[in-house]
Amino acid sequence: MSGEIIAIISIFLVTLILAWPLGKYISKVFRGERTLTDFMSPLERFIFRFSGINPNEPMSWKQFLKAMLTVNALWLFYAMGLLIYQDRFPLNPDGNAAQTPDLAFNTAISFLVNCNLQHYSGESGLTYFTQLFVITFLQFVSAATGIACLIGLFNGFRERTTNNLGNFWNYLVLSVTRILLPLSIVVAVILVFNGTPSSFAGKDTITTLQGDTVQVSRGPAAGMIAIKQLGTNGGGWFGVNSAHPLENPNYLTNAVETISILLIPIALIFSLGFYLQRRKLAVMIFGVMSVLFILFTAINTWYETKGNPAIDRLGIAQLQGSMEGKEVRIGAAATALWSVATTSTSNGSVNGMHDSLTPISGGVVILDMMINALYGGVGVGLLNFFIFIVIAVFLSGLMVGRTPEFMGHKVEAREVKIAALITLLSAFLIKGFTALAAYMVAHHPEIAWSVKPGAWLNNPSFHGFSEMLYEFTSSNANNGSGFEGLADNNIFWNVTTGIVLILGRYLPIIGPIAIVGLLANKKFIPESPGTLRTDSITFGVMTLAVIIIVTALSYLPALALGPLAEYFSLY
Amino acid sequence: MSSSKRKIPLFEPRLVRTALQQSFIKLHPVKMFRNPVMFSVEIATAIMLAVVLYQMSTGEKSQGGVWYNTLVFAILLITVLFANFAEALAEARGKAQAESLRKTREETPAKKLTGGKVNRVSSSQLLLGDLFVCEAGDVIPMDGEIIDGIATIDESAITGESAPVIRESGGDKSSVTGGTKVLSDRIVVKVTTAPGETFLDKMIALVEGASRQKTPNEIALTILLAAFTLIFVIVCVTLKPFADYAKTPITIAAFVSLFVCLIPTTIGGLLSAIGIAGMDRALGANVIAKSGKAVETAGDVDVLLLDKTGTITIGNRKATNFFPVNGMPENKFIELSALSSLSDDTPEGKSIVELAQQKGVQAIAEKGTRFVPFTAETRSSGVDTPSGSNIRKGAFDAISNMIKASGNTVPQPAAETVQRIAANGGTPLVVSLNNEVKGVIELQDIVKPGIQERFHRLRKMGVKTVMVTGDNPLTAKYIANVSGVDDFIAEAKPEDKMHYIRQEQANGKLVAMMGDGTNDAPALAQADVGVAMNSGTQAAKEAGNMVDLDNDPTKLIEVVEIGKQLLITRGTLTTFSIANDVAKYFAIVPALFISSIPALQALNIMHLKSPESAILSAIIFNAIIIPILIPLALKGVQYRPIGASALLRRNLFVYGLGGIIVPFIGIKLIDLLVGLFV
Repeated sequence: MSGEIIAIISIFLVTLILAWPLGKYISKVFRGERTLTDFMSPLERFIFRFSGINPNEPMSWKQFLKAMLTVNALWLFYAMGLLIYQDRFPLNPDGNAAQTPDLAFNTAISFLVNCNLQHYSGESGLTYFTQLFVITFLQFVSAATGIACLIGLFNGFRERTTNNLGNFWNYLVLSVTRILLPLSIVVAVILVFNGTPSSFAGKDTITTLQGDTVQVSRGPAAGMIAIKQLGTNGGGWFGVNSAHPLENPNYLTNAVETISILLIPIALIFSLGFYLQRRKLAVMIFGVMSVLFILFTAINTWYETKGNPAIDRLGIAQLQGSMEGKEVRIGAAATALWSVATTSTSNGSVNGMHDSLTPISGGVVILDMMINALYGGVGVGLLNFFIFIVIAVFLSGLMVGRTPEFMGHKVEAREVKIAALITLLSAFLIKGFTALAAYMVAHHPEIAWSVKPGAWLNNPSFHGFSEMLYEFTSSNANNGSGFEGLADNNIFWNVTTGIVLILGRYLPIIGPIAIVGLLANKKFIPESPGTLRTDSITFGVMTLAVIIIVTALSYLPALALGPLAEYFSLY
Repeated sequence: MSSSKRKIPLFEPRLVRTALQQSFIKLHPVKMFRNPVMFSVEIATAIMLAVVLYQMSTGEKSQGGVWYNTLVFAILLITVLFANFAEALAEARGKAQAESLRKTREETPAKKLTGGKVNRVSSSQLLLGDLFVCEAGDVIPMDGEIIDGIATIDESAITGESAPVIRESGGDKSSVTGGTKVLSDRIVVKVTTAPGETFLDKMIALVEGASRQKTPNEIALTILLAAFTLIFVIVCVTLKPFADYAKTPITIAAFVSLFVCLIPTTIGGLLSAIGIAGMDRALGANVIAKSGKAVETAGDVDVLLLDKTGTITIGNRKATNFFPVNGMPENKFIELSALSSLSDDTPEGKSIVELAQQKGVQAIAEKGTRFVPFTAETRSSGVDTPSGSNIRKGAFDAISNMIKASGNTVPQPAAETVQRIAANGGTPLVVSLNNEVKGVIELQDIVKPGIQERFHRLRKMGVKTVMVTGDNPLTAKYIANVSGVDDFIAEAKPEDKMHYIRQEQANGKLVAMMGDGTNDAPALAQADVGVAMNSGTQAAKEAGNMVDLDNDPTKLIEVVEIGKQLLITRGTLTTFSIANDVAKYFAIVPALFISSIPALQALNIMHLKSPESAILSAIIFNAIIIPILIPLALKGVQYRPIGASALLRRNLFVYGLGGIIVPFIGIKLIDLLVGLFV
């Protein structure tokens, strides 16, 4: 086995070793037990007193969602306002211009929903002020929103029958002060020591070996990059994200960032086990997710390290693998691991161009985002997975001859209806909007828009189709990475992806929380020998089958026309 | 088992004819609308019809050949007809089963009682509240309640059980059923159901669909299937712009075929048939369910309340010991006992003769011996010998009353023996000779053979069994241990059942019970599944949600299995249906893009001959799988009590993996056949 392969396996193992205690710690934080970070409590008390919040006030699922949606709406207006007028605020040493309203709409939503689709380049599209007070701020609170909602879901199963999902505000604040902030500081310090800038100075001018002078953008980047990874945000300080040498200077930082991408999503799965004292269930969920995650990583590593067959045919050796769009300091295998990690977790940061992945790897990362529940975004990944569980519980309950139940609550028509709608939603958003874009390209390529549909795609044919598919899949999954090669900063893409972002974020949160609210309210049924255990390997296989079948059935034609067609034409 | 009594062949020609006719009538869109999946197929069929008609009138060629489109239209139409046929066949079977039961009670002469006068009328002229008289030899014309008198009744027409039963006014056994026959005495009966509203009528209406309501699980499943259908609407609609982008023309026939293949037509077509078949099976087991929900709930039951007598023990006790008193020689007493039972046809009586024979005593009745049968009044039976002596046997109080009436006293040892036997869970029978007590026969409960296995099976299903008995706790515990029941309620009063049910329900359990008496009614109503015996009172029958015509207390176990089978059949066929789609994708997607993207032929892993044959094979497979699965839908997937996880593993393997593999083989075979012509 090559060193590269050993390295990526080690990265994954280190993540698991760190995630287990972190999961335990997260569970303690939200159970209100004593932890090492109790020194933060004066700050939390101050925030609660200042905002007039009683952190112990119980909330029903409707109140919980109302609190979440209200504060998110507020942040949207705040962020959009600052972006449109960013040129009038301080901390703009490079004199960057304001964002257009449609771009500001897209950017504000994109960061609010933890997606971080960037239709601009960080160096020129934002100021240090908006990078800090819009982008970094939203990166913290959107991740915290996800964690808070997940804890709400846990609470629905903590008591036998309850109306109380806990206090949203409390969980939101604790997520920031106890989890995101401390971890970000650690990661940021590692990055700074490896060369990531953290200064308020403007562009630097350097002279290259060739004697040219080059303008190098910088800024207070390290902290933002830390939370971008830890909070599964993914939006980079610089345009090319973690492929940029200042954002991801060396193999060590690459490893640290990869671990940061996976750490909290995996830890949250373990925390479910600790919080609800159902470790077997947590292990089952982790197992199901990992089977696909490892499979995807293996596929991508295989194809990326093998190189491009078109180059093989030219008789050129590709010892390092397919290096188009990859960084030499990182290498093909680590880029392959990252490509799966970032799409699994709805992170969306990249350390190489996904547009340049070989066709099957490109298909895998799209598929990964279509599933969007393999570890998933902080908090929301498990919420998405919960929808698959509900469908699996329902089908397997019928198959063993019992009205389906999960964690002691009967799953009936209303819950199935919500789960079915959420499943339907992704298919509708991804395929519906891709179809709209494809229709415009096929039938109205010359329509008089600022950027004509005919000029959207950098690549013709299958790959162009993949670019459009990727964009909407990424938006729906709140992933935020792009296949790039797509002219996306114009009204059509800013507005359509904006719509997909909002719907793709909030409905998949509202759905599971509503299901949990309804379930928690029902009579508790203690386990009996006839109960189908949901923490068994058998049920895990069932869930896996549901994930694969539902996703395959919804998306196979689209994948066939994009990545598969490209693969079969190339290989 | 009683379910074998009225077995109707799966495809009985008469029923198949009715069902065929019905499958066309059911094409009516208003009727189809109840089933979103098949309704979508009907719309698709209509679209294909429009395409064919348009092509015929204009000669338009861009949509493929007319013959090909006509073929697609025909296959889709057949798909809908197959689904309708499945439903209609299930309905027809249910009706046939109910009719055969109903026939027994149609158009019998009735002796209507009006103002003290008896008029002979037809049973159909009896109205709710009317009174009628039945004497020995009469067939009871209508369901009703005895308001006066006592009678022995032969209920074999309904239950198949040949032993006659006693029905009397005022008690818990006051209900009589139309079609049964009075063997002795005279009773006055009040009609309790209006014509056309008997339980059987209600059940027939449920099966026929007029008042059939979807059960909660069926609703949830319909929602899930509708969602899958919508996903495939999205898949097919978006495929149009995708294909435009790829510069691939796709015909309407191809779109429609893809759509129909992908939506879960297999389960959609069989769903209502499965539900009806569940009720048919209940009816086949001689259980009348008042709603489909009741059958379904039975599958979820956690706790089963069973009466001891007749369920766990053989209702008839058996003689186990002879206890002579007052210096009576044992052999003489045994002979006396056997003699008294020679004419006694009851199982108890027979068991006494058998035990006597085992002990080497052969009782021979002298010529001229007169047998005195058991009557409801004397509650004893025996013989009068030609020599003038009378031998009687009966319950302790019956015999002691008789003896006291003749001026004698009951000896102390006899009373003690009686008490001792009772304390050990036995039943004492006292034998007298010429109004003098000669000894006591001990009858003991015999635990039914095979009941332990049944309880073991129930435990594996996750159902807890509770024995309800009037016995004292010691006896109850003894029988509970022997039979392997999980828990028991001893010295049970009717309100104890109620209390127990409430307690279990408060813990989130579903409780099933069986009852017959009026005092069982509240508990029957409280239980999630209440099975009333047909012999029980009207109140009990109204309170429960099922009526058991056989009055067989072990029936609950069958009902639980029928309920589970119902859910399993739905679940497995849904899984099968959805898993089928994988193969269909591999058949149709490469066929759609063969001209514009030849590279996608790599997906044609079945190597189907041509795009047309691939599409035709897929929709033909989709259509014929429905009738192929009709027997499974009607009989139900077998339930195995092997634990939930093992069962899931098994069904996932058979119907999930099988559902993926079978269509690959099926479509390929059909393609080989279709390929000969296309």
